[in-house]
Amino acid sequence: MDIYLLEAIINGILLGGVLALLALGLNLIFGVIDVVWISYADIVMCGMYGVYFLYAQYNVPLPLACLIAIFGAACLGILVHKLIIAPVLGAPPLNQLLATGGLLFFLQSFATLLFGTDFRNIGVRLPVLEVATMYVSFARLIAFGVALVGAVALYFFLKKTYLGTAIRAIAQDREIVGLMGIDQRRLYLVVSAIGGALAGLAACLLALQYDVHPFIGNTFGPVIFIICVLGGLGNMLGGFFASFIISLIIAIGGYYSSTELSYVLAFSFFIVLMFIRPRGLFTP
Amino acid sequence: MLSLASVSAGYGSFQALFGVSLEISRGEAVGVIGPNGAGKTTLMRVISGMLSMTHGTMTLEGQAIGGLPAHHIIEHGIAHVPENRRLFPRLSVEENLRVGAFIPAARARFAEQLDYVYGMFPRLKDRRTQAAGTMSGGEQQMCAIGRALMSKPKVLLMDEPSAGLAPLVVQQVFDLVARIREQGLTVLIVEQNVQQVLDVVDRAYLLEVGAIRLSGTATELKGNSFIRESYLGL
Repeated sequence: MDIYLLEAIINGILLGGVLALLALGLNLIFGVIDVVWISYADIVMCGMYGVYFLYAQYNVPLPLACLIAIFGAACLGILVHKLIIAPVLGAPPLNQLLATGGLLFFLQSFATLLFGTDFRNIGVRLPVLEVATMYVSFARLIAFGVALVGAVALYFFLKKTYLGTAIRAIAQDREIVGLMGIDQRRLYLVVSAIGGALAGLAACLLALQYDVHPFIGNTFGPVIFIICVLGGLGNMLGGFFASFIISLIIAIGGYYSSTELSYVLAFSFFIVLMFIRPRGLFTP
Repeated sequence: MLSLASVSAGYGSFQALFGVSLEISRGEAVGVIGPNGAGKTTLMRVISGMLSMTHGTMTLEGQAIGGLPAHHIIEHGIAHVPENRRLFPRLSVEENLRVGAFIPAARARFAEQLDYVYGMFPRLKDRRTQAAGTMSGGEQQMCAIGRALMSKPKVLLMDEPSAGLAPLVVQQVFDLVARIREQGLTVLIVEQNVQQVLDVVDRAYLLEVGAIRLSGTATELKGNSFIRESYLGL
């Protein structure tokens, strides 16, 4: 096999790990609260600015800066739920879409106002590994590893704990869980915090590879969104696998043509599949 | 033990219950019978806190608990087996039971209570890893009852446990109810299956158009000419 193609495939899989983390967060929120956070990728943008300012401007050690950014993103998740989602919970889906869509423009404009449109880099230079004449970025390798650990931790949380089981239960029957002592409103806050924290974790991993600017969310937002729909909205496992399908299409497409065209390819694949399997690739 | 005094409730402008009063003593099994749309399910929903009452009071062991939301009512020891079972279909049997033990007091004695439920329903133990939605109706009903028992309630509310089950399974469900009450649990059961429910309860209330029309011991009601004509078809 062509060594450069293999390199592209490996990089595709590595990117897929981080996208999977975001797909899990978005699916978790959708599955439990039944609202799509269109502005989810902009929570990531806020997290990336958090890491940038803490680490590059205020010299906070990187691991601590990341922890603070994750915590901050979790708080932002709670805030988004309380201020924007909770008031429109009973509203028609279109209004909910407009509310979270409005948040997207608010966050992007607010970031532009505060930080300008400069591309900022946290300035961590990690080595590029040479494995059998292939070049693999160490930053991507770390990002992939940490994302996978995060996904596995989420899996065990949902599978093994009372709170996690309750979260899966409420996604299946939201009216009845009160009878088991579960406070729906409290659970929504917990899920929003977890969703925010996952976005914060992804922000830390992406800050290692990309410059942060107010519109960085637009680079990932639509991709995460099609991943979730492709996997079946609310289907966590489906979204996880769809992340790798889409990131591989982008990577391999980028190898054969250009990065721009590879996104066209990924979205075309998505549109065609929506005709064949409108409810998602992994929905029976 | 549990007492309701002139409770009224409804949905929006539609009133479903008109001043219902009832009383259940410790260890007693009480039935609520009546036709479709009489307000039986509404009564259960009011007691478990899923629906708030517009008037009246409710006390459990002398403590006023009327108006509390469902997730607080269960902590006071009232568990509700809802109409149509309402299991979490894609969770396994054991996960459904774990959700039933969500409240802190129940988590502390999870293993012990799980043994108790599996002892009562060995079938559930065989199927513990199976998705609850793939079981038969009778097994699902066992799982729904088991889920409610996981919180170790003082009072068990059962809403139409025999609904939608094959006749043979209906008899099994009533045998189950009899076994549960032998354990000393206080049971309030709503049923359309009047003949069979009167065989397992001590007393019963007849609910019609949102109000109690008759009440008495099971034997009295079985002998009552109105019940015999309208509900037992005798």
